[in-house]
Amino acid sequence: MSAPTIPRTPLVSRVARAMPMPAGAGLARMLVERNVRSFRHGWIALVTGFAEPVFYLFSLGIGIGALVKTVTTDSGMVVTYPQFVAPALLAASAMNGAVMDSTFNLFFKLKYAKLYDAVLATPMGPRDIAVGEVAWSLIRGGLYSAAFLVVAVLAGAVRSWWALLALPAGVLIGFAFAAVGMFATTFMRSWVDFDYITLAIQPMFLFSATFFPLATYPEALQWFVRATPLYHGVALERALMLGDVGWGVLGHVAYLLVLGLFGVVGAARRLEKLLLS
Amino acid sequence: MPDTDDILLSARGLTKTFGEFTAVDGIDFAVRRGECFGFLGPNGAGKSSTMRMVGCVSPVTGGELRLFGLDPATDGPAIRARLGNCPQRDTLDEELSVEENLWIYGRYFGLSRKEVKERAAELLDFAQLTERAKDKVEPLSGGMKRRLTIARSLINAPEILLLDEPTTGLDPQARHVLWDRLFRLKRSGVTLVLTTHYMDEAEQLCDRLVVMDHGRIVAEGSPRQLIDDYSTREVLELRFDAEDHGAYADKVAGIGERVEVLPDRLLLYADNGDEASAQVHARGVEPLSSLVRRSTLEDVFLHLTGRTLVD
Repeated sequence: MSAPTIPRTPLVSRVARAMPMPAGAGLARMLVERNVRSFRHGWIALVTGFAEPVFYLFSLGIGIGALVKTVTTDSGMVVTYPQFVAPALLAASAMNGAVMDSTFNLFFKLKYAKLYDAVLATPMGPRDIAVGEVAWSLIRGGLYSAAFLVVAVLAGAVRSWWALLALPAGVLIGFAFAAVGMFATTFMRSWVDFDYITLAIQPMFLFSATFFPLATYPEALQWFVRATPLYHGVALERALMLGDVGWGVLGHVAYLLVLGLFGVVGAARRLEKLLLS
Repeated sequence: MPDTDDILLSARGLTKTFGEFTAVDGIDFAVRRGECFGFLGPNGAGKSSTMRMVGCVSPVTGGELRLFGLDPATDGPAIRARLGNCPQRDTLDEELSVEENLWIYGRYFGLSRKEVKERAAELLDFAQLTERAKDKVEPLSGGMKRRLTIARSLINAPEILLLDEPTTGLDPQARHVLWDRLFRLKRSGVTLVLTTHYMDEAEQLCDRLVVMDHGRIVAEGSPRQLIDDYSTREVLELRFDAEDHGAYADKVAGIGERVEVLPDRLLLYADNGDEASAQVHARGVEPLSSLVRRSTLEDVFLHLTGRTLVD
């Protein structure tokens, strides 16, 4: 037998190891590689993930757009309905994709496929799993967002070059939701508990100033909506795709970033507790 | 005695508790390079908990554990890089093909793509799975899955291979194929650490073993040595047409060294079984059947704990 191979530790992973976080070996990318391979066998899921927001864009944009000629955004801009709703659909689909991946798929791998039990017997640690799964979710989400943006441009729903930043913004939204979704999944006992996810996601999808401006809501409800994550995702995408960019954008970015980091650290800690007992 | 450099794995007062429950209760053992070391015991004896700690996937509650001189608490990834782990339940990746399972697992160790492809080809051959390389994992037989799991655990050319109940649930033929593979590994210099509740497996594979019961080690030695120390050379098994075999224990008392009463038979421990059998008949006791056999580790376990290993 040949000499043992101890994985090299580049600077990034050494820095990461010094952080007060669950252990990892800086090998998160290997889990991404595993997921890419697994996905090659199930590419159909890629198609459905792309189709959903496009269907919404055409049904709502064209259907409701025929009834509602223009919308006045919360910042006072007057735009067509497809222009108004497309950024929200981009944000919502980034959320949906990330949540599906990090909840249903993760729960299956955790409880049934026992994937992580095998992974943790190697030098990889719980942090590698958390980072790897979230990264994979972002890569997929990024592909969907890019495809949707192209469709939105073709449909005339994009008005500004700022829209180029809508792609990284979509990835950021995915990051926040994938991380929190993963954290939540580590508390799930059975499939029944997934109703709580639906319970959280559906109202957000409908009421985060997605289909009509925030000003439509009563004052008290407006504050409540402002506190939820998808609202910040929608507002961020809308500002970028309509070219209506102000300092407020940074607030949305900060909100999503903090939420995502909280989720990743929480998920890694929980995985450690669940799997390394 | 080998020098201490050759001790790859050692434990002192190793303890694992889950809440109020103590799964492993202060055990001591040491494993030398190149040997096959076994943990023999019934289900719930603490074997798997011990293996999980040794595999650095379960933190030590108390005592000291060292692998390659390193502490799992601080050097888990570095230790795991040099271990092969074959868990009790197959944890193969069913979303990947047979060969992809090996490739990706090698990548988890940080090995290059080129390296894992080369090793995977060798290991598929070793596991007699080359023809199934492109197949899905799910339709493989239990024996094949086990062999793939073992092949997978060898992808990083480990110095120690941990096997938790390697042949549980396999049919006799599949077990023999697997034992043969494990023999080859041992000959190639891999240190094997395994748990089992099969006496024949322990006798076949282990150079040295410890008998565990209720989280403690109750005996230690080579299979031969344990049988010599805790049992007689032969055993006379007697079956009677009776609900309670205990009633016959008195009638054969004094023949051989001692008598164990099981629900369905009496075990009479004697260095010469045929002689003991003749003495039983001379007393006018007529069993339905009698059988003389060599002592096994099962007898050692029965003597040490008063219970059988497998029901």
